Amino acid sequence: MIDFSDVLTRSEITAFTLRKIYREQGYSQYKMSKFEEYDLYVKNKDFLVSDSVLTFTDTDGKLLALKPDVTLSIIKNGKDNPTELMKVYYDENVYRVSKGTKTFREIKQVGVECVGAVTDSTIAEVLGLAVRSLASISTSSVLEISNLDLIPGLFDYYGVSESARGEVIALLSQKNGDGVAQALASDGMSESAVNAFTDLISIYGAPEKVLPRLACYEVNEQTKRAVSELFSAVQGLTSGGATKISIDFSLTGDMKYYNGIAFKGFVEGVPSSVLSGGSYDKLMKRMGKRSRAIGFAVYLDELERLFFRREEQ
Amino acid sequence: MRTLNVALPKGRLGEKIYDLFERAGFPCPSIRDGSRKLIFENAEVGIRYFWVKPSDVAIYVERGAADIGVCGKDILLEYSPDVYELLDLRKGKCSMCVAGREGFVDDRAGTLTVATKFVNVAKSYYASIGREIDVIQLNGSIEIAPILGLSDVIVDIVETGSTLRENNLVVVERFADISARLISNKASFKFKSEEIERVKAGLSALVEDGEND
Repeated sequence: MIDFSDVLTRSEITAFTLRKIYREQGYSQYKMSKFEEYDLYVKNKDFLVSDSVLTFTDTDGKLLALKPDVTLSIIKNGKDNPTELMKVYYDENVYRVSKGTKTFREIKQVGVECVGAVTDSTIAEVLGLAVRSLASISTSSVLEISNLDLIPGLFDYYGVSESARGEVIALLSQKNGDGVAQALASDGMSESAVNAFTDLISIYGAPEKVLPRLACYEVNEQTKRAVSELFSAVQGLTSGGATKISIDFSLTGDMKYYNGIAFKGFVEGVPSSVLSGGSYDKLMKRMGKRSRAIGFAVYLDELERLFFRREEQ
Repeated sequence: MRTLNVALPKGRLGEKIYDLFERAGFPCPSIRDGSRKLIFENAEVGIRYFWVKPSDVAIYVERGAADIGVCGKDILLEYSPDVYELLDLRKGKCSMCVAGREGFVDDRAGTLTVATKFVNVAKSYYASIGREIDVIQLNGSIEIAPILGLSDVIVDIVETGSTLRENNLVVVERFADISARLISNKASFKFKSEEIERVKAGLSALVEDGEND
């Protein structure tokens, strides 16, 4: 066997390491074609990280797109069987607009998706894989976990108006306690309702610290389910190793697509999240599928600077 | 203990903000030496301050060069950086306003031209009230735009209103309260949450006491 260690870059090594981890867990590789019909993306535009898609016309006049995303294609092309579980991983380049230059960039992305009979144990397994992925990248990382159904459950319970909900979620995602209090007060919420939401900002950290404090948020069916899902999701995870586990409700997502467990991974030295995922049953429904689904992606472009700095040292 | 990197806005507001940090228990005496250095560190309390242009604070924090920083709500509204907004420091209070020549009334006929430094703020405000506008981006001396007929109105931050008055402009509408905010990089917050919470608690106590106005 040839030793490739001197020719591979850090990000290639990381991609191969991640693929090995997923393969060992029984995931099979999903290879997607470079182009997809533009239609697929335009129908779910908000799901994409950046809303611009690189398009061109094929020789037969069809409008095609250079893949901006892998998940949508996996859902579209995968089987829709709610009684079976399809477990795949991918290692693909996607094309997105970079925030800084506002021009298209090729971004390397590795990830996993579970589609079909997703159970509590599938969710726990995917979270476990996210932890192992982070641990393979850095000796100091954090996996932040939230349940997106908790806050809408609280909105229903306290009767927060539809028009205020979006703003409150945005403010919660900024941990902006003053802003949340103001927005809810002007929506006519009582002091106890306001406090319930602002307290939620300070409730974050290790599961053993956070979970006991959630009892007072189990006020209706939806919130009860959200808390119990969190309990079972983090049960198998061990905090305190290279990857710390943190529950944090400031992690929010587009509620048109996502529901339930959502998570983000951070490694020390990188200023933004390098891993992002969660369950997206709502997206499945929007695409006319009956199955449940959960997955995550690791953004290798975010890691390049970290690798670069390590090599310098 | 990990060192916290703090981006402070250069200028008068920044000095007031540093006073607040000092009273909250995070002093860095060398900062008062009057030197032209931009970076100051106090290893004992684990803090490193640096002065940057006020409108750049959010960028330093969003990109992780600073763990936390203090910047005006106007900048946050304009650039919507992906950061945590942890605390309203209630310093540098002013409002985001629409101003026009005395007697100006928007009859909503035709497109309204708006001169401003805050293009996104102006766009989203007028979108929220369903008014079609054209935006002219200027970088300073916004007040002369309506006088010279460059624009119908301006969107700008107004503190006392004296600059407006001296140029025969009046406030047409106040639509957002502005003040200095403590912001944090999202990733830094995960790894230095204890340190950042300590700073927030220290500042919050001073703000709540109201000894800060």
